[in-house]
Amino acid sequence: MTRHYSALSLVKEGLKGQKGWAPAWTSPQPKPRYDMVIVGGGGHGLATAYYLAKTHGITNVAVIEKGWLGGGNTGRNTTVVRSNYFFPESVRLYDMALKLYEGLSRELNYNIMLSQRGMISLAHTPAEMEMAARVVNAMQINGTDAELFGPGDVKRVLPVYNFGPKARYPALGGVWQGRSGTARHDAVAWGYARAASALGVDILQQCEVQEFLIEGGRCRGVKTSRGEIRADRVGLAVAGHSSQMAAKAGFRLPVTSYALQACVSEPVKPILDTVVLSPGAGTYASQSDKGEMVVGGGLDRIPSYGQRGNLPVLETVISGLVEMFPSFRQLKLMRQWAGIVDVAPDSSPIIGESPLPGLFLNCGWGTGGFKAIPAGGTLLAHLLATGQHHDISRPFDLDRFARGRLIDEAAGSGIAH
Amino acid sequence: MQIFSCPFCGPRPEYEFHFGGDLGNHRPEGFDAVPDQKWADYLYFRNNPKGMAREVWMHLTCGEMFSMTRDTVTMEAAPGEALAEGQP
Repeated sequence: MTRHYSALSLVKEGLKGQKGWAPAWTSPQPKPRYDMVIVGGGGHGLATAYYLAKTHGITNVAVIEKGWLGGGNTGRNTTVVRSNYFFPESVRLYDMALKLYEGLSRELNYNIMLSQRGMISLAHTPAEMEMAARVVNAMQINGTDAELFGPGDVKRVLPVYNFGPKARYPALGGVWQGRSGTARHDAVAWGYARAASALGVDILQQCEVQEFLIEGGRCRGVKTSRGEIRADRVGLAVAGHSSQMAAKAGFRLPVTSYALQACVSEPVKPILDTVVLSPGAGTYASQSDKGEMVVGGGLDRIPSYGQRGNLPVLETVISGLVEMFPSFRQLKLMRQWAGIVDVAPDSSPIIGESPLPGLFLNCGWGTGGFKAIPAGGTLLAHLLATGQHHDISRPFDLDRFARGRLIDEAAGSGIAH
Repeated sequence: MQIFSCPFCGPRPEYEFHFGGDLGNHRPEGFDAVPDQKWADYLYFRNNPKGMAREVWMHLTCGEMFSMTRDTVTMEAAPGEALAEGQP
């Protein structure tokens, strides 16, 4: 069976009629006991399992997923990776993720199709230009790459933008991060799953957690639709359903679940080779390798678990897009969908032990979970393996809400989540 | 477009409304005597239910707050009700 992916193995298998490929991951029966159990088979859960095995040598691990791998927000996001945040804590976290993404295809032997095409966050008014300069300064001080763009720079990277005298969103400049870009979202989930499985991790799909096994005030495992599974420590990486899992474990979380929408157009020839975000217009877009325009915007402002999205937000997003790119008016939309995101009051994630000892949290990523997958996995794995915070995850503990040490990125970098 | 019903103005489009949180999330009394975790519970921690939810909403155009029972999966919403004195 062929396991390693390379040009050579592709040729060899091509000559043998593609019959020798091993499954990317195995689907074993659940064992009654593991050292660690991760609830949630999205990017964060699978990455956690991979780093537990790879970094900490803990391979007796199960990932439990109620649906299929990457079927939640990992397969619903718009594939943007970036680290253009304001606070030092956030930049350390998201830059850790971006650096890991940069080496991930090689590390996992799986092409995640990372394309560091750069991202421009546009400023349309002099006041927004001042805020852009502030963010660029903060990013540079925090040690990540950032550049303040003027109108000429925007013209260079976005020739199709509406620079007309009557443009509703004149482009005065913006924040440029050249290392930002896109990665294939499914490939991130599948790559981590394949690498974790190869190291001995059990991936259990179609397995729903019904309740937690709580003995002596500690979490001792989970009761699932496929039987009881005991574990020393349990990690929770379930994004929009974190509050539901927390309720089963007997506590509440400072998160609210909202629908976040996105849509794609029909595929067209290459026209947009960067990621463009306009906080003012409430729209962002990039062009996929297939040629589809991938378009998204802000949250629906109505708490929701319905993976659909509502019309007013979609209207804002599309009207912003066609104002900025008049040529896109001819595009036909192919698909529109939504994912359920868990938004914390300070728009920063929650990583740390939960109020139920033995149960560890990775949630609150809001609209920005995909870009953070390698860091979320590394940090939750560190917590599970050592019982201690990594330096980078310490500020994101659940205790920050009672201590008043919020990391307010909504105010800091003006991000939507 | 979803239509919500303000108890004072009647049916209106969703963008006229603002979500105000869980119904019954009252500010703890006692100021300095209130422990930090209790303040945090009031300020930040949420029920965030999947399914039936009892919530406070504001109709931005008339400025009135009211309670609404809503299903967070189907998005079905009962007509809003005026908040009453002594209500949980």
